Amino acid sequence: MDVTLSVNGETHKLDIEPRVTLLDALRDRLGLTGSKKGCDHGQCGACTVLVNGRRVNSCLSLAVMHEDDEITTIEGIGMPDDLARLQQDFVECDGYQCGYCTPGQIVSATAAIEEAKLGWPSYVSPSLADMGELTDEEIAERMSGNLCRCSAYPGIRQAIARAAEAEDKA
Amino acid sequence: MTRTFRMNEVQPRLLDETGQGIIGAPLVRPEGHLKVSGQATYAAEAKVENLAHGVLVRATITKGRVLRVDEAGVRDMPGVLAVHMTDERMIRNPAQGMMGESPVRDGKYIEYLGQPIGVVVADTFEQARDAAQRLKLEYSEEEAEVDPDNASETEWTDKEDYGDIDMAMDKAAHSVDEEYITAAHVAGAMEPHAAIAVWEGDKVTLHGSCQLVQFNVKELADALNIEEENVRILSPYIGGGFGSKLGISNEAVAAAIAAKDLGRPVRVVMSRQQVFDAVLRRTETTQRIRLAAEADGTLLGIEHRDRVSNLPNEGFSEPTNQATHFLYGGANRRYRQETARIHRNPSGSVRAPGEAVGMVALETAMDELAEASGVDPVELRLRNIPETHPETGLPYSARMLAECLKDGASSFGWDQRQSPRARREGDWFTGMGVASAARMNMLLPSEARVILTPTGAIVETDMTDIGTGTYAILGQIAGEMLGLPRELVEVRLGDSSFPKAAGSGGSFGAASSGSSVFLACKAIRDQIADKMGCGGDDLTLSNGLARCGNVEKKLEDLIDSDIVEVAQIKPGDTRKEAFSSGFGAHFAEVAVHAWTGEVRVKRMAGTFAAGRILNERTARSQCWGGMIWGIGTALTEAAEHDPRRGHIITRDFANYHMPAHLDVPQLDVKFLEERDDYANPIQAKGIGELGISGAGAAVTNAIYNACGVRIRKFPAHPDVVLEGLMAFD
Repeated sequence: MDVTLSVNGETHKLDIEPRVTLLDALRDRLGLTGSKKGCDHGQCGACTVLVNGRRVNSCLSLAVMHEDDEITTIEGIGMPDDLARLQQDFVECDGYQCGYCTPGQIVSATAAIEEAKLGWPSYVSPSLADMGELTDEEIAERMSGNLCRCSAYPGIRQAIARAAEAEDKA
Repeated sequence: MTRTFRMNEVQPRLLDETGQGIIGAPLVRPEGHLKVSGQATYAAEAKVENLAHGVLVRATITKGRVLRVDEAGVRDMPGVLAVHMTDERMIRNPAQGMMGESPVRDGKYIEYLGQPIGVVVADTFEQARDAAQRLKLEYSEEEAEVDPDNASETEWTDKEDYGDIDMAMDKAAHSVDEEYITAAHVAGAMEPHAAIAVWEGDKVTLHGSCQLVQFNVKELADALNIEEENVRILSPYIGGGFGSKLGISNEAVAAAIAAKDLGRPVRVVMSRQQVFDAVLRRTETTQRIRLAAEADGTLLGIEHRDRVSNLPNEGFSEPTNQATHFLYGGANRRYRQETARIHRNPSGSVRAPGEAVGMVALETAMDELAEASGVDPVELRLRNIPETHPETGLPYSARMLAECLKDGASSFGWDQRQSPRARREGDWFTGMGVASAARMNMLLPSEARVILTPTGAIVETDMTDIGTGTYAILGQIAGEMLGLPRELVEVRLGDSSFPKAAGSGGSFGAASSGSSVFLACKAIRDQIADKMGCGGDDLTLSNGLARCGNVEKKLEDLIDSDIVEVAQIKPGDTRKEAFSSGFGAHFAEVAVHAWTGEVRVKRMAGTFAAGRILNERTARSQCWGGMIWGIGTALTEAAEHDPRRGHIITRDFANYHMPAHLDVPQLDVKFLEERDDYANPIQAKGIGELGISGAGAAVTNAIYNACGVRIRKFPAHPDVVLEGLMAFD
């Protein structure tokens, strides 16, 4: 069936089966292979994209459900010659090893920083009314949907903390 | 012409004399900008026109033969292009590391549930997946044993004796005699196994996810019954390996078979569940350790027995006792390993095969001995560091185990450790644990080409970067040797048309391939020295300038055409003169919930000595990774097998629990300055597996110190801890 997807500000017309996931549409039909497939079951977070600013496991969502949505992938966050601040911090803090979960970590963290800015509490927040500081533990909880088998977790969280702090000052 | 150098004698520490000053520096990875933007291309992402999609078909019985395939039932489904079943070239399971030949093949015979037995190809992935799932198979099923504890077929895969351990146990003032059980593990690399096969005439190019390219070429050629010259493998980026991509795997063979037949490129990517089903797991182990000690804790002897499992006709047995041979002293030593032949999915190398589970048992036993003898666990380890290798008598090449233990204890605040169950805040007990780290070091043949151009340098080798930092360190070695900033060195990896490297595995990659790059650069330095009219020892290269005495020239003025050198390192006599291993010490602080048995790691620190550190940043990441795998081994990871049919039932990431962000605190990693002159000409040792070796035991020893529950069954899931806690009521 026909579907129009708006990805990183560009519209794409596709003729696909309803069973095609958003992830496979991005990777196989649009050639946007920055979003990764690690489990195809919403368990690893490597496929994380933003749908209207919210983080979503694109492997758990069908492409045809996103006709009117604004989708942002890692390619829309920053490309090699024009990296976003958070991406630069991942490089600086060695917040990756093999790089396969990395786009998902970065897209997820982009939204996590926004969620924290809005004061959304998490499971580890001291109170539901006041999430307090964006501590290492807060970042860890908010990022626990993104697995990294290389286990670059310490570097990933250092990078997120740096980017969040820089945004705070800006 | 390739220059071959054998490591027959200790070499001068040239990298301590060179002028660029980047060796060891914590430089960021040169490929970082590609990884953080998703533009590093992994196997499934190679841009190939007219691609067809293959999905593997899995056996749904444990053992038996395929009698009939209902091809007609799926051939007419939309998009279906081909059904390849019962092809005799289909391999039973992935090759073991460094096999260099095809694994067992049959095509019709099934030996474990989930064995890939064919591939369905279609225009789209969705069509192929649908058809592969609908394909009906008929089997003749055979009885299969799947329980390692009661297997009727076992074999002794290791038997060694030194002195008399029974006598030592008899006269010991303190002793330990316990059984330790560790769960099976999977590598769980985030990138599932993937391959794209493209044929041109008789030649196939495989975009694969391969750790050991030169061996994988041989394995694929052998499986396909074609000549090695007709196989090219490209593996520039690999989404994690940890041993799981050492050998050629089912998806690669299936893609190649299907693409040849179809006359069209075919991609096959394993689903995550298929990776659990078919890719080599780490065996479960049952280990028995006996320690005999004098009154002051000095070891009289060690016995390490273990039972592991594998499929029939697999040559690998987890070398569980690998570190036990050389870590601690004691004249009386016995080793026995029994391998049960069962029809679970096959076992093979997963990060630090041997140490990862063997040291968990040994280091727990040492903690038990510390408790029995009343000697502090750090002090007990210090007392038992042998002067020379306790079995071969060889000296150690460079060993800073004592320094690591002392440094770690001091910076961790070990002196604050209290007796078991003494620290409790609310519902949480808190305690500290220690474990030694040791991972034997290897040098393997490895070859590289280095090209010095008037404006920079290029390194080419079929070495791989599985996230370990190869792109970074090879550029640093070349830059250091040739006097160039790293930005002017381009590193090209993972192409089988390049000189053959050791590959990524066994922690031998960095030092082996790094030595080959070093040697090629050294030959280039000699040529530059000739042009400058001085000896190589008098030459200084830095920032594109060559200097000999009072003469200084720009490299770009000195050379008018490219200088190309190919060099190969080979192990030699130094390995017979001294025993080389990395060493370290792990410290952990955990909290244990008094009512649920939940364990949280509060702090963890590792101090390591692994010879010359080539890039402090990527080395630290390796240690972080290893230590976190240790947390997984201690607390969360278990591949549970179905007791009737043998397959892994925890076959996805919701059921196989790898540590997630919140399971892991910020970790402290420190390196002690060391050079291992016997290891190789760059004095570096492997570090990818040192961080996991022993790490899990530091966590579970901390559980004991926190709440008095001794963990002998790993992982320490809450039910295991809770059972121990209830004994105190």
